[in-house]
Amino acid sequence: MAKNIQIEIEKLKNEIVYLGTAVQENLQKAVKALWEKNPDLARHVIETDKAEIDTMEISVEEECLRLLALHQPVAGDLRFIVTVLKIDNDLERIGDLAAKIADKVILLHNIDPVKFTSDAMQIPEMFNAMFAKTISMFQNTMDAFVNEDTDLAYKVCLEDDEVDRAKGAIRREMEEIIMHDPAQQVYLAKLIGVARSMERIADHCTNICEDIIYMAQGKIVRHHITP
Amino acid sequence: MSTTDTAILRIDNPQVAIEELNLFYGESQALKDLTFGIPGQQVTALIGPSGCGKSTLIRCINRMNDLVDGLRIEGAITINGENINDPSLDVIELRRKVGMVFQKWNPFPKSIYENIVYGLRIAGIQDKSVLDEAAEKCLKRAALWDEVKDRLHQSAMGLSGGQMQRLCIARAIAVNPEIILMDEPCSALDPRSTGRIEDLIRELRGEYTIIIVTHNMQQAARISDYTAYMYLGELIEYGPTQRLFTMPEKKETEDYITGRFG
Repeated sequence: MAKNIQIEIEKLKNEIVYLGTAVQENLQKAVKALWEKNPDLARHVIETDKAEIDTMEISVEEECLRLLALHQPVAGDLRFIVTVLKIDNDLERIGDLAAKIADKVILLHNIDPVKFTSDAMQIPEMFNAMFAKTISMFQNTMDAFVNEDTDLAYKVCLEDDEVDRAKGAIRREMEEIIMHDPAQQVYLAKLIGVARSMERIADHCTNICEDIIYMAQGKIVRHHITP
Repeated sequence: MSTTDTAILRIDNPQVAIEELNLFYGESQALKDLTFGIPGQQVTALIGPSGCGKSTLIRCINRMNDLVDGLRIEGAITINGENINDPSLDVIELRRKVGMVFQKWNPFPKSIYENIVYGLRIAGIQDKSVLDEAAEKCLKRAALWDEVKDRLHQSAMGLSGGQMQRLCIARAIAVNPEIILMDEPCSALDPRSTGRIEDLIRELRGEYTIIIVTHNMQQAARISDYTAYMYLGELIEYGPTQRLFTMPEKKETEDYITGRFG
């Protein structure tokens, strides 16, 4: 029985890391599709989310419920399984947000591309920085989980504010453009949607890191982490 | 085991205080330097692998070990501040104050009614109305009244195992103890009867101090307020049950409760 649960927990860990890797790859593809204005790649992202990521999420959840019911785990085993159950949900939501970005890529493809008319507009650079930060947060989140690295998890939680600020700056910049050139509203509103999705992905990374801290230290730090 | 160890919770004003307790069976030491306090009107569970000293420890609390050949005790156990190993102490009175329920139910081969009132009769109470009232009250308290009220004068040996165990609990509370010791009270019961005993333990908590030895980890987690983990006669960890089962301080405790050892 005891050895059994250790084997099962190791298997569960591999499954959730595999799901995390699939979500990260899909997110990177969604960003690539946006930059390359590639609707085919975007469609592939949406398909992968439905066919693979959602299926994996259900499988991890079923596995967690099975272990809870059959092994009635306690202490570290209980904290690990409960954390995986929560992370599973966050990863699935990140997968959905990547698919949402891909959805915007397809919509943007059918609209006349915006022409940036001022040298002062920093939109692509701002997006690039935000994407890089969010993807690095995601990578660090999965590393923190695998290594039970609470220092790294705390660091990710504190980085969330940077992404929030980046989204705010993008939105303000775009609203400025729309005010001067209302014709671009339809296009830019979709880009604001992309920024919102990235910001929410960072929020999910923060949730996961808070759960990792609980898993490692048994402390619920949600709502208490401040810079 | 150091008494300043953070894994051993310090209880303010414990009802049962165990201080530097060592117990030897001849040359073999069964309890090693135990120091901890058990709070009143709460449920405290003792867990640990077979042979770790759990049963030996609870049997010290009502001096059930007195007649064991070659047994030697050092240190002190006090109940409400009174040293129970004091030679002048009345052991009969101690056992009235500290009742015990065993792994295997042991009703007397008498009627259900006589089992309950036995302790009161030997305490000199003869008034039938007092005995009747006590029998009803204790059987109700042990959640057995509805099942036996129409056959109080039939033999207790005709009850089911779960009913007999609840009868033993009713018999223990009839003499109005302060503390009830339970040594694996559900280990020979089916899940339904176990559930009823666990409900009963939860109901009695608040009125009596309950100290229970159990091998069932989930049972300790469900019913106790505090849990002590013992290994090879030593107290390894002692604290609030919720903390011990979610975030134990000692790796040895974690390994035992997660089934990696023991």
